[in-house]
Amino acid sequence: MLNNLNIMNNEIKFSAEALAIVKQMISRYPDGKQKSALLPVLHLAQAEFDGWLSVPVMDYVASLLSIKPIEVYEVASFYSMYNLKPVGKCTLEVCRTSSCWLMGAEDIVRHIQNRLGIKDGQTSSDGMFTLKTVECLGSCGTAPMLQCGAKYHENLTLEKVDELLDKLATDNKRTTYLDIV
Amino acid sequence: MPTKLLLNNEHIPGINTLQVYRNNGGYASVEKALKQMTPEAIVEEVKISGLRGRGGAGFPTGMKWSFLAKPAGVPRYLVCNADESEPGTFKDRYLMEKIPHLLVEGMITSSYALGCNTAYIYIRGEYFYVSRILENAIAEAYAAGYLGSNILGTGYNLNLYVQVGGGAYICGEETALLESLEGKRGNPRIKPPFPAIAGLYGCPTVVNNVETIAAVVPIVNNGGEAYSKIGIGKSTGTKLISASGHINKPGVYEIELGIPVEEFIYSDSYCGGIRNGKQLKAVVAGGSSVPVLPTELILKTAAGQPRLMSYESLSEGGFQTGTMLGSGGFIVMDEDTSIVKNLYTFTRFYHHESCGQCSPCREGTGWMEKIMHKILDGHGTLKDVDLLWDIQSKIEGKTICPLGEAAAWPVAAAIRHFRHEFEAYVMQPSSIKDVKHYYRLNNIEPIPA
Ligand SMILES: Cc1cc2nc3c(=O)[nH]c(=O)nc-3n(C[C@H](O)[C@H](O)[C@H](O)COP(=O)(O)O)c2cc1C
Ligand code: SF4
Ligand code: FES
Repeated sequence: MLNNLNIMNNEIKFSAEALAIVKQMISRYPDGKQKSALLPVLHLAQAEFDGWLSVPVMDYVASLLSIKPIEVYEVASFYSMYNLKPVGKCTLEVCRTSSCWLMGAEDIVRHIQNRLGIKDGQTSSDGMFTLKTVECLGSCGTAPMLQCGAKYHENLTLEKVDELLDKLATDNKRTTYLDIV
Repeated sequence: MPTKLLLNNEHIPGINTLQVYRNNGGYASVEKALKQMTPEAIVEEVKISGLRGRGGAGFPTGMKWSFLAKPAGVPRYLVCNADESEPGTFKDRYLMEKIPHLLVEGMITSSYALGCNTAYIYIRGEYFYVSRILENAIAEAYAAGYLGSNILGTGYNLNLYVQVGGGAYICGEETALLESLEGKRGNPRIKPPFPAIAGLYGCPTVVNNVETIAAVVPIVNNGGEAYSKIGIGKSTGTKLISASGHINKPGVYEIELGIPVEEFIYSDSYCGGIRNGKQLKAVVAGGSSVPVLPTELILKTAAGQPRLMSYESLSEGGFQTGTMLGSGGFIVMDEDTSIVKNLYTFTRFYHHESCGQCSPCREGTGWMEKIMHKILDGHGTLKDVDLLWDIQSKIEGKTICPLGEAAAWPVAAAIRHFRHEFEAYVMQPSSIKDVKHYYRLNNIEPIPA
């Protein structure tokens, strides 16, 4: 949805569409409590600016919400969904907790590692994929699973993983948590 | 026919839309509550129902509601806890995805009962797509006059919003959730004051689980008395159980509290037995933090009585021989499962999720993960098993929030019931790579179910 990046001349600015969403988010909270919108606005920023939160992007978010930059850094570094380093176009978040482990999550992780030649936390050399192992995503009954952008891929087999990676590579699009699934 | 109160209409096509939902009796509780009942009368019905919080702790909901402070001129808030991050738990996601209007309806009825004019649903960030489903349902409810000002012409006003998190298990703890909703790190607050006195923005707040809020709908529709007759003893009503692991039919089941655990595992109406004709080895009955129990203790209590799916029966025998209903995250392990390795995934989880405010939790979780890693790698010693025991015993009761305990209990239970497996890992490390667990290692027949 939000693909019109506005990083011209190093100027960091949301699209008009995103700014309207920010305004609407702030309206959900009482006067003076606009900081409450920080987590959703950071998701929006990550989707708008290449999938990660650089310091200038975080400073921009701080200015939008009239809070101090440190208040944004504190939050961005606490939660696991915010990337503080550049990532590939598609982040493969593979659950590794109990139920998924019981159903073969380790094989899924190993398969992705071998196919892409990367380890956990790394990005493939073509910049397409980042592999991230994560904790329980609430999909334990359809384990093993991985999340890519907003979408849950469940009851995985190695074949299904191959199909998914092929498709994502062909689409060659950045996936974000804000995608419509 | 099993009694279903929440998922009875789940199979109806289009039940996620307001029209189909309403054609099937949806929003009746809002009509009844706002037009015929006082807020106090609703709280009373919830008390009579015996409903207990479905988020994990099982605290009586009516009592919690009656603690809410009501100073004049100060707003009160209802916040729905849809953070659902306890490993093994996926019932709230299921409910919100399939029947979003049930949660919206419950939020309206409950907000009216509590005198709130603003309410939030805090949902874990990973469930972004579910937040969209909820937002669509909320938009439909506004359009139909169930939300906004002067709802159904009764003069009652309510705004309901969805807030997404950023990925952090600890934000399921209610005070961490409130911090997060205020746009901060999810660091739990020191209690007291409790949220009922000073919660969101310092105002009186009730935090309830998705399933708890949903259960208010049948309670208002049919009366607390009718609800209290379902279930067993102090475990009234129905409960959503998320079943996962080595079973034939994983999924979310609505059960009447009090059915035998054995029936739940083996009946075709529920889990359908163990996959691939294997034997049952162990169960984590209520999400990762509750004690794991071996087959003989999960099917029967130490006293030899059939173990039932209820708060009381699952915890019978205390932590020596019992466990807890918790969040209803029911993880089943077959005979080939390594309890040691499963525990490793839990210790890694809790280390990853500790917010870091309290030393026993921050340091203890990290230390336990390291030792588990060492044991799994074949470098452990018998002393390490004792050390694990020692560390876990020094966390309980010494932390700001219960995450510390949640991290300690699974370690204690795994050692208590499966110490021999830890010893096998330590004493015969060379065989670990090929052999899945102790029974195989020692040519011992697994305990029959
Ligand atoms: C570490 C931790 C994680 C928790 N996670 C959740 C959760 O994901 N969902 C939930 O409803 N309650 C969770 N709880 C329980 C909440 O703190 C709180 O008791 C609950 O939301 C109250 O709602 P209830 O009375 O309706 O159960 C958690 C508690 C702790 C200590
Ligand atoms: S017990 Fe752990 S998670 Fe809870 S406040 Fe202390 S450090 Fe944070
Ligand atoms: S354990 Fe993987 S989704 Fe829950």
